[in-house]
Amino acid sequence: METALARTKTHLWGGGRSPFNVSYGKLMMWYFLMSDSFTFGAFLISYGSIRFSLNYWVNHNYVFNEFPFTEANLPLAFVSLMTFILIFSSVTMVLAVHEGHKMNKKGVEKWLALTILGGLCFLGSQAWEWTGLITGHHKVLVDGAIQYWGTTVSHNPWGPKVLFHGEMVATPGPVAFGGYFFGITGFHGFHVFTGVIINSIMLTKTRLGHFEKRGHYEMIEKAGLYWHFVDLVWVFVFLCFYLI
Amino acid sequence: MNNEEVSHEQSLVVHDLGHAAHVHHHKQSFITKYIFSQDHKIISRQFLITGIIWALIGGLFSVIFRLQLGYPDSTFPFLQDLLGHWAPGGKLDPEFYYALVTMHGTILVFFVLTAGLSGTFANFLIPLQVGARDMASPFLNMLSYWFFFSASIVMFCSLFLQTGPASGGWTIYPPLSALGDAMSGSKTGMDMWLASMGLFIISQLLAGLNYITTILNMRTKGMSMTRLPLTIWSLFFTAVLGVLSFPVLLSAVVLLLFDRHLGTSFFLSDIVIGGKILPNEGGSPILFQHLFWFLGHPEVYIIALPAMGITSEVISVNSRKPIFGYMAMVGSFFAIAALSFMVWAHHMFVTGLNPFLGSFFVLLTLLIAVPSAIKVFNWLTTLWKGSIRFTPGMLFAIGFVSLFISGGLTGIWLGNSSLDIHLHDTYFVVAHFHLVMGVASMFGMFAGVYHWFPKMFGRYMNNTLSYIHFWITIAGAYCIFWPMHYEGLAGMPRRYYDFSNWESFKMFGGLNEFISVVALIVFATQLLFIFNFFYSIFKGRKVTTPNPWGATTLEWTTPIRPGHGNWISEIPEVYRWPYDYGKDGRDFIPQTEPVGENENRH
Repeated sequence: METALARTKTHLWGGGRSPFNVSYGKLMMWYFLMSDSFTFGAFLISYGSIRFSLNYWVNHNYVFNEFPFTEANLPLAFVSLMTFILIFSSVTMVLAVHEGHKMNKKGVEKWLALTILGGLCFLGSQAWEWTGLITGHHKVLVDGAIQYWGTTVSHNPWGPKVLFHGEMVATPGPVAFGGYFFGITGFHGFHVFTGVIINSIMLTKTRLGHFEKRGHYEMIEKAGLYWHFVDLVWVFVFLCFYLI
Repeated sequence: MNNEEVSHEQSLVVHDLGHAAHVHHHKQSFITKYIFSQDHKIISRQFLITGIIWALIGGLFSVIFRLQLGYPDSTFPFLQDLLGHWAPGGKLDPEFYYALVTMHGTILVFFVLTAGLSGTFANFLIPLQVGARDMASPFLNMLSYWFFFSASIVMFCSLFLQTGPASGGWTIYPPLSALGDAMSGSKTGMDMWLASMGLFIISQLLAGLNYITTILNMRTKGMSMTRLPLTIWSLFFTAVLGVLSFPVLLSAVVLLLFDRHLGTSFFLSDIVIGGKILPNEGGSPILFQHLFWFLGHPEVYIIALPAMGITSEVISVNSRKPIFGYMAMVGSFFAIAALSFMVWAHHMFVTGLNPFLGSFFVLLTLLIAVPSAIKVFNWLTTLWKGSIRFTPGMLFAIGFVSLFISGGLTGIWLGNSSLDIHLHDTYFVVAHFHLVMGVASMFGMFAGVYHWFPKMFGRYMNNTLSYIHFWITIAGAYCIFWPMHYEGLAGMPRRYYDFSNWESFKMFGGLNEFISVVALIVFATQLLFIFNFFYSIFKGRKVTTPNPWGATTLEWTTPIRPGHGNWISEIPEVYRWPYDYGKDGRDFIPQTEPVGENENRH
């Protein structure tokens, strides 16, 4: 038994085959994702180091409390919906890959189309959220006078509140919030956008029957790896900006 | 369908491609064969020649600023002809002096010693030495070169801007680099620097993914990891370092661009510029340094490791002896690669880093001396009692070892945070890194070019010119950088335009002049190399035997001028490690020869 194990092991790494039993394309995708996670890691660590060097951050329950078509105060409800959409699009991606294994062209088309739809919904939601933040009018006490600010990379109306003419009014908060929020969610959104483009190309190629002719749907798997990675990154972004 | 089917099918596809490409060799047009080529050997030559052009530009810049440093009181009218308003009356403009220093660093570090060195040899050697028809993805490989090419174009264009190229030092520390009002070099020149580096990072990513995947997935039958030549091991770790460290520079580049143009405050806080108070607050310039050096330090090894790999191979082949301590060499590559990610803050000892944190970085930094010393002793013991052939490649490989020792020893000084208080930003640092990674890696590159030139072009380079090139370059390298240690110990700061205002540095006037003269001579000698290189491509002595150096590795089993696909028939199978020299009474045994019945195990 032991010698048999040793023999398979040397065989695996002995050349003439892939030691991980994967094609070069999938291996490349994995290493690319590793590389990309370092980019996101650098962003998130920078964000963390700056945030914890400051005395005050924002209260996300106040910043992210809007929901379309209602004036109600719904803290984190909209971003939860966004997260749900994105994670659900991961599920449809899994199903598309699964149908690919079964060589079911129609199934791949259906689930891939739904994945693309999910990605577009997420991007649309993000655009709505950004618009709300940037164009918002929030009372801020600046140099002894009241101003109305949106949340941008250079303005933060969510600072500590002070008593002003008998009313609690916010003062300017750390501008780092806007910079990192728009920078990192934007960089992630850009990844979702490229993912949607990649998936659209995959859908077109599926419809044209390229993969059927090739005999396998491995390209869908590779696109799927990227898509799951983008979703996984969102979980960290969500955690760092909306929950902590 | 499972994974095995796919990977199996892929290897078959590659096989077919190789045959097809070889059969239809003559049908390729000039453009697909030499310009948008997907042949790793052509791409490697593209990297090499682009690298040589950049080395020429970067070297010329150093000669120009050495003129200023050696002769601060003189004017050189030809400089005005060359540089226009950057040298009014033949006197180098201080702003442009900084631009030259910045560009010299950027060009040599990234474009010559990263793209030019590992771009050339990883592309050339990986498929040939692991036994593959081409890279895992020839298309991405081609793309990698063209991204590098476009990065080059952007950087080259920035040299001609009215406001000059980036000039805040190759480390582009903010706030200087983030504010266009701070200096003219921080205007458009800085944007083009960042754009160029963005393209360069993409190029390195595509290249690195290909190198790693090819080495892991495409080895020929029998080529287990421990039968890989050390060049491949070094290029493997180089690629891993690149894939994991360049993305962090990308983050820094993106954030810096935002600070420059979108009004964010990632690296900026509480700044008054020209009497104007900037609104930025809460950012940290030290954060940028962390991000930059998280790339910057592995980058040192991205530059040094391929040179080490080439040196190991060239020394073993030309000593006619197996490399001493193969597994120790592999292990020390791994140790260097791993440690290189944990030492970046030794570039920041005096930047405001917590001294307690600094002590950990001192420890980890000094630990790198261990694998480095293992390598040095292994090279020396490989040379020991060898039947040495002093080919030009061998001389440069030995030169690498010499320079690596000389430059490496001062690294132990600089790794101490307390000594660094005195030595940081002095000429001592300049001397240290130029010897240990600058000139040493250039020597590794020269060794590689001389050694594999017969394989690359089917001709030899001229030996007489090569020997002149070697001796002047090594003597010159020591004459230039050795005196800088004394200047640095005396506290002479780097990056200064003129030292004549300081009484304490006046005594170095003559020494600076000497250094400048030698720099000029060494630069002229490199022109000799470039002449030799291009002349030999067309007129050099022809190679008549497929294995002129008597080497064991697979690249010498290909035809003298291999076509796309490398081997005409089947890819050879490998039966032994690549260092069977002087074994059982035989001069060398190729890797393709099965192990005999009565043969000793190595």
